[in-house]
Amino acid sequence: MLKNRIIPCLDVKNGRVVKGINFVDLKDAGDPVEQAKIYSDGGADEICFLDITASNENRDIIYEVVEKTSKKCFVPLTVGGGIRSVEDINKLLNCGADKVSINTAAVENSKVVVDSSKKFGSQCIVVAIDAKKNGDKWEVFTHGGRNNSGVDALEYAKKMEENGAGELLVTSMDRDGTQVGYDIDLMSKISSKVNIPVIASGGVGNLDHLVDGIKLGKASAVLAASIFHYGKYSVKEAKEYLDSKGIPVRI
Amino acid sequence: MNVTIVDYNSGNISSVINSFKEVAQDKVKIEVTSDLNKIKSSDKVVLPGQGSFKSCVDALNKIDGLTSTLNEFAITNKKPLLGICVGLQMFADIGYEETETKGLGWISGKVSKIDNQNGKFKLPHIGWNQINIMKESRIFQNIENNSHMYFVHSYEFIPNDKNVISATTDYSSNIVCSVEKENIFGTQFHPEKSDKIGLKIISNFINL
Repeated sequence: MLKNRIIPCLDVKNGRVVKGINFVDLKDAGDPVEQAKIYSDGGADEICFLDITASNENRDIIYEVVEKTSKKCFVPLTVGGGIRSVEDINKLLNCGADKVSINTAAVENSKVVVDSSKKFGSQCIVVAIDAKKNGDKWEVFTHGGRNNSGVDALEYAKKMEENGAGELLVTSMDRDGTQVGYDIDLMSKISSKVNIPVIASGGVGNLDHLVDGIKLGKASAVLAASIFHYGKYSVKEAKEYLDSKGIPVRI
Repeated sequence: MNVTIVDYNSGNISSVINSFKEVAQDKVKIEVTSDLNKIKSSDKVVLPGQGSFKSCVDALNKIDGLTSTLNEFAITNKKPLLGICVGLQMFADIGYEETETKGLGWISGKVSKIDNQNGKFKLPHIGWNQINIMKESRIFQNIENNSHMYFVHSYEFIPNDKNVISATTDYSSNIVCSVEKENIFGTQFHPEKSDKIGLKIISNFINL
């Protein structure tokens, strides 16, 4: 039976791990290579690096971080943040990333998704959707949550599936950093709309939130940052909890 | 001893390279090349593969003499070869991804899309799933039945001769996830991404 995945996410800035509260207020807290290794040794099903300020700053450090990490971690590594082109994707994959997550570039130029999934295979193309509620719908935001594209998140999700995305990483902008739980309504609506796996993100504060993301949000995988990063829970504790709630996990 | 990972522009092979180097350390030489002479003279060959069946077959055929060199290595000389993911799928006679494409024909059978039962099962099949070991395989030495492996694929290999199947995994139906036919080995899952247990499979192959 296929297991639901737990994915710790490390926000990386200038080669160091940080975690923002609502994308600001950054705290420096560690070396990404060692953090990733701790997570993979602790049973993380995948590791995700998000290069948060990559759109504006020198990107070369992340390549080094990815290269070092991929020599130590033998679980899938997803890297996102600041990816603009097929060439950026090529470089990250060559450094040892297994998947890339594309956000702003996918909104601005969906050809990047079409071309990269053709060239490298859908299995390594994750489209990241930052969505914020507006009335009874959700809109897609770009540039690390700064710009509203006005695009409807549900329609966009379907379009990205058609364009060749292998997975969708859905983050609720309203919940990110709040620790009050995933936007279940958003997750379940997108998951029901597409036939590719959905990774739920944004808002995890306790282990019941992970359970809800899978059971109610119908996500295939749950991503969380701060609850793991600040040692509130270990990945192992999270898995044991999910297991006790009847959710299939790899233990 | 040396092991060659065939580099034929089949997508991202850095994880395969990293994992084999991690297991080999200094004891075994890991070559990454499409050089035909180096492939011929190596002791073992790894055939990775990402992307579509068609794109991988096309990439193999683009390198002059590569297919016949691999044929000679695996079929004539019967030296150990491990196919990973689409590398395994290409053992088949034919694949149906994108368009009907001829495979290497080493293990008779076809590669077709996993039946998602009208959307009940999401595709790609991504994540950790357990393997049911069907027969003793030399690459499964000290691997427990029901171990978790990392998968990412939408197509499955259906061999005609069920005796080649060394493991299956349950997703929509019993999907073939490992084959062994004499000197030819293949895994649909990614041992290079399956943590310590995956590295053990790689070690078993290197130490055959």
